[in-house]
Amino acid sequence: MASIMMKNRQGTSRLTQLCATVLLAVAFVTMPAVLAARAGVDIQEVKSDSGVTAWLVEDYTVPIITVRFAFKGGTTQDPAGKEGIANLMTGLFDEGAGDLDSDAFQQRLDEVGAEMSFSATRDAIYGQMRMLAEERDNAFDLLRLAVNSPRFDQQPVDRIRAQLNTQIQRALRDPNEQGMEKFAKALYGDHPYARRSDGRLESLGSVTPDDLHALHKRIFARSNLHVAVVGAIDAETLKKELDRVFGPLPQDPDLVPIERTQPKLGQVVHHPYNLPQATLQLVYPGLEREDPEFFAAYIMNHVLGGGTFSSRLFNEVREKRGLAYGVGSGLQTSDYSDALVIGTSTRADRAEEALAVMRETISKLAEEGITEDELTTSKTYLIGAYPINNLDSSSAVASTLLELQRDNLGIDYIDRRVGYIEAVTKEQVKAAAQRLLKSEPAILIIGPELKKEE
Amino acid sequence: MNLIPGAVRRAAIAAVFMTVPVTAFSEQAPSVDYFSLDNGLEVVVIPDRRAPVVTHMLWYKVGSADEDPGKSGIAHFFEHLMFKGTTNHAPGEFSARVAEVGGRENAFTSYDYTAYYQQVAPTELRTMMEFEADRMVNLVLTDEVIGPERDVIIEERNSRVENDPSSLLSEEVSATLYQNHPYRIPVIGWMHEIEQLNREDAIDFYKRYYAPNNAVLVVAGDVDPGEVREMATEIYGKIPRGPKLEERVRPTEPEQNTKRTVQLTDDRVAVPSFSKRWVVPSYRTAEPGEAEALDIFSEVLGGGLRSRIYQELIVKQGIASSAGAFYQGVSLDDTSFGVYGSPRGEATLEQVEKAIDAEIAKIVDEGVTQDEVEKAKKRYLRSMIFARDDQSGMARIYGSALTTGSTVEDVAKWTDRIREVTPEAVQKVAKKYLDDRRSVAGYLLPEEAN
Repeated sequence: MASIMMKNRQGTSRLTQLCATVLLAVAFVTMPAVLAARAGVDIQEVKSDSGVTAWLVEDYTVPIITVRFAFKGGTTQDPAGKEGIANLMTGLFDEGAGDLDSDAFQQRLDEVGAEMSFSATRDAIYGQMRMLAEERDNAFDLLRLAVNSPRFDQQPVDRIRAQLNTQIQRALRDPNEQGMEKFAKALYGDHPYARRSDGRLESLGSVTPDDLHALHKRIFARSNLHVAVVGAIDAETLKKELDRVFGPLPQDPDLVPIERTQPKLGQVVHHPYNLPQATLQLVYPGLEREDPEFFAAYIMNHVLGGGTFSSRLFNEVREKRGLAYGVGSGLQTSDYSDALVIGTSTRADRAEEALAVMRETISKLAEEGITEDELTTSKTYLIGAYPINNLDSSSAVASTLLELQRDNLGIDYIDRRVGYIEAVTKEQVKAAAQRLLKSEPAILIIGPELKKEE
Repeated sequence: MNLIPGAVRRAAIAAVFMTVPVTAFSEQAPSVDYFSLDNGLEVVVIPDRRAPVVTHMLWYKVGSADEDPGKSGIAHFFEHLMFKGTTNHAPGEFSARVAEVGGRENAFTSYDYTAYYQQVAPTELRTMMEFEADRMVNLVLTDEVIGPERDVIIEERNSRVENDPSSLLSEEVSATLYQNHPYRIPVIGWMHEIEQLNREDAIDFYKRYYAPNNAVLVVAGDVDPGEVREMATEIYGKIPRGPKLEERVRPTEPEQNTKRTVQLTDDRVAVPSFSKRWVVPSYRTAEPGEAEALDIFSEVLGGGLRSRIYQELIVKQGIASSAGAFYQGVSLDDTSFGVYGSPRGEATLEQVEKAIDAEIAKIVDEGVTQDEVEKAKKRYLRSMIFARDDQSGMARIYGSALTTGSTVEDVAKWTDRIREVTPEAVQKVAKKYLDDRRSVAGYLLPEEAN
């Protein structure tokens, strides 16, 4: 019974969800448990003999181990005509590896009691395993097989492909998915970021087991790998496991270079559909993670539409006018592009009003910047919320450690972060607002025709 | 939860955490404190001292199934109104305070309960209690805040239901499955009744249900149980006990004797899907052992990659893109058991339905194996160890159990009772409850191509 109603769905950027399965976050939001150590997280850097590095947080409170890793090179590596192959590949790592065929592998995984999953984003292939500490040896052995010797047998390939085909067919009729796809094409043109990560029926249909082996060989290597481990394991033991699981991989991947791109702004994309509710999305310029103005922009975004019940957009669009259930904004930093994305879903007959209110709120911020009070409360929020939002379970800690490595932020980043936030001034936030919010955005409208669409 | 078509197969694993009512307490598990204040407020404290964070949750024993006829949606609407300010604090002040300290907050409503929570640093627990206790009795509701918020929940209904054909169908299946019990009405309410909800309805609801003797406080995380007790006594303890509440006795189902079908055709549907549900007992209403057997049954039948439905329909026959079974045992009154599936390739919806029916019939006629039952048990017990990694998940397990008629002891002994389930017990509940002649099937179909 999917019947739990939440007060608010946090404003997440919809763009990244272009190809995500439509699992509505109806029920319980995943609420966190907590794992981080007392005063910050105690992270160890562990380097194995074969040169694989992992960040480790040791914790024995619950007898489990969580491993998360990423190989740089995601769906952007799909060859032309084979779009969707990376995503398909991630569905096949528990469908047979080494001497074990699909059934034998899954039976073994069930006996060992480990949860293993892989996924593909635009920029990386992610893997995760959660295991009971007492089954560590068996679990890592299965992971070793999956990472090094996936079989890609024809039968499971066809089966998982058929499941993905169903998902693609569904999306073809879904106005929101269609609108998002149209928008991605308008924003990114010929760049791989414009593609659906699950591909098209024809492209997916042309993928063979040989293609999958070739892609696996190209992406799975040691020099483009990052690993994070949390739980009941010590550094010495982990070293051996890292060598066992990742040691046999080749040193370097064979990646196709991807060009940096920026979304094309100053356009309106309308996907007409007669629904009771319209979806609006506004894309403004973003900035890179390394940009000196990043934290000023981060605070600016928090005031505008960050994930609390007190952002300006939340107040203007929802609290004062009741125009929408959810509204929010987010800074997107991908490997090859960035953007500030603002979105909401609003009643169709007032979509125009909602858009106007959003644009007015945005302009006001660009013109006037934020208040001293907003600056102070944003800082305390962003500092206090970090452990709650990022370090609240083994999986969250592992995720955080992995992204810190992917972003090359350094092992002491969590401690330094507080200083970066505290140093931001009101003037810097205003400058960042002017830099990002003065541009004419790209606008997506899914829903009935508006009276005037700028 | 699993009903959503397109739910990827691995959803089954997550679903274990959602549907499992209670948790294991093996020797290394934390101890749980339970006590009541003089004003009737029940308190559960679950210490977890790994990180400086605490989850503070207040659960009320009222949900949509307790609403008066014609007032559907008031429980959920009221949940939103609890964020609107009190005689002591202006609207938005509580949320601003939570945000200021980097906390997380939200609230949710279901058929049987409504809950509010904040997640903050332990130093803020006292403040959270003060705000939460304050809005239990001092809420100020004006037409100025009620109007826009009603628009918000109308948009929420649009987002969740009107925009999604599978949700629309799911509502209609429930309305058909329950012929008399209020679980037939969606938690969010029917649109035409939501539109009429007003200040008077909200105030009536507040006065009737929001009182310490109708609530359960759950505090999980980096706290000392003794200190929580003192703090709760001081802050919540000063609220006077409310009037005695009536027993939560809702209209019950008549004997069901028909097989019903509900069909929705929608332009937005590309791939058809099917579900079938039956009314079955919940953990509260079942004979001893039956609910545990239903949990094992749903796992063996359609709980994940190793289940019969998955192996037969998706792997061997290759006729389904998704298929499975679910049982929501945490429920005050009789609940539902369901199966679902969607075809792939050339296969038809009818084939999928028949194949699922055949798997059910096989268990009804021939039972399940000892091996299947043991593996299902092992998965449940294991998931309970994983669950301990999640402080507020633990809080949720206790809150939902205590507001649906279970006790702290029931929670503690759940794993023992799961261990006792036999293959015979599984076959027995399958035979007893999954009678096709009183099922409701839902069909979600694409528009006919012309």
